Amino acid sequence: MRRYAYYPGCSLERNAAAYDESFRAVAQVLGIELVEIEDWNCCGATEYFSLDLLPAYALVARNLALIPPDLDQVVAPCSACYYNMYKTDKNMALYPELARAVNEALAAGHLHYEPGRVRSRHALEVIVEDFTPEEIAAHVQKPLRGLRLAAYYGCVTVRPAGHDDHEYPTRMERLLQALGATVVDYTLRANCCGGHMTQLDADTAYRMIYYLLSNADRLGVDALVTACPMCQLNLDAYQGQVNSYFGRNFHIPILYFTQMMGLAFGIEPEKLGFGQEIVSAERVLEKWRNPPPEEETAERKPRRKETGLPMPEPLPVGQL
Amino acid sequence: MPEEPSTNPFLEEVMAIPGGERLKSCIQCGTCGGSCPSGDAMDHTPREIFAMILAGMREEVLKSNTFWFCVSCYYCTIRCPQEIPITDIMYQLKRLAIQAGYYTASITGFSETFVGQVETYGRSFELGLATGHYLRHHPIQSIRMSPLMLGMVTRGRMSFTPKRIQGIRQLRAILRRAKELGGAW
Repeated sequence: MRRYAYYPGCSLERNAAAYDESFRAVAQVLGIELVEIEDWNCCGATEYFSLDLLPAYALVARNLALIPPDLDQVVAPCSACYYNMYKTDKNMALYPELARAVNEALAAGHLHYEPGRVRSRHALEVIVEDFTPEEIAAHVQKPLRGLRLAAYYGCVTVRPAGHDDHEYPTRMERLLQALGATVVDYTLRANCCGGHMTQLDADTAYRMIYYLLSNADRLGVDALVTACPMCQLNLDAYQGQVNSYFGRNFHIPILYFTQMMGLAFGIEPEKLGFGQEIVSAERVLEKWRNPPPEEETAERKPRRKETGLPMPEPLPVGQL
Repeated sequence: MPEEPSTNPFLEEVMAIPGGERLKSCIQCGTCGGSCPSGDAMDHTPREIFAMILAGMREEVLKSNTFWFCVSCYYCTIRCPQEIPITDIMYQLKRLAIQAGYYTASITGFSETFVGQVETYGRSFELGLATGHYLRHHPIQSIRMSPLMLGMVTRGRMSFTPKRIQGIRQLRAILRRAKELGGAW
């Protein structure tokens, strides 16, 4: 049994409850004990750091200080929460004067945090780093055979902290493959969903979402798999807006990697938060319930549509 | 490095964050702007903004929209050959622009309401917040957003007020003390 402090974060309480439910369900199967931080507060997302620096660090440090002394790792499924904890711990360790000021603020609430005491980790990082693909595969009861998936990391899941390649991460792909899915080479896997840009400038935000959806659509995926509630919200809830804005008709379910793990582990979809997505995942569940016979899955769908324009021929070597 | 009296107080202000002093080493290569997913909406590219900061153009910099369009994706930060914490500098510019009063409420309103919610409840509920923000600042567009909101409500993903944490007094005391301490890092 592995034990971690658990920081769900505000999104997972309501908007991304599917992520919380599925992560807890999957953790149980893997023998992970999640000890939720008692009376945790919001991490401030990207907003607090835009307004006031020291209170932003103190806000995050309160959560770190509340982690019981017998636990030395905290796991957060939300990429923003994860990175805020990682950054606070790291900067407090690097800049003693920052650590002193943060602790002076914490002292007003009779708390103290010693930088370096707790290692902050993303849920995806814990799953792919602390478990081998074989260990994951050993729990697979109902492989995701015939499901064509794209892994979408977004930004702060892999950047700037480094538990996978910053530009071309591959760990979620390997995880999904271990679950039996067909995984495409999704070019924009680490591009940004726009975060809170929908609140500031819809034109910019919709364009960013459009690129991500259009790239996935071209690859003919059954679903886009994410590891971040912000990415899920932007791509799922705004997909209809983006469709009307660009005159498209994308229908790409946006699911959490923990939901896909849960399905492969044979957990009922209702216990994994299915049904909470705006773009229905019913077709994904249909394929999961009735997987195609094995020989059919060996055949690869063409990456480009038959009706597409021909690609230019590469120049012969030497002419460049 | 020998300490010389600064001739560019604005640069000192911008650099007052962890790792901020690296800004002095900017070589104007433009990798930041080339990596930026929202760069085309900015009135000055990040590279330009850094040149302007180094030239002490305080007002022009703080009145630009560049940092408000930063989506915190950290591409520039990891690609910068001089290891300048660019995203963190964008946050710093937001803070300085707010302090200087160079903004409109439709831009910072979201951040401010968000922070207000955190200070009241200890937790946030950004979707309820987003709706409120939209209704206040973009009433016409709100009509187009109604199917989205309806979808979120029917799927149980929507609420308007977050839960209040038990230690809210403790949290407020910590934040109050942090604000008093303020300062540069």
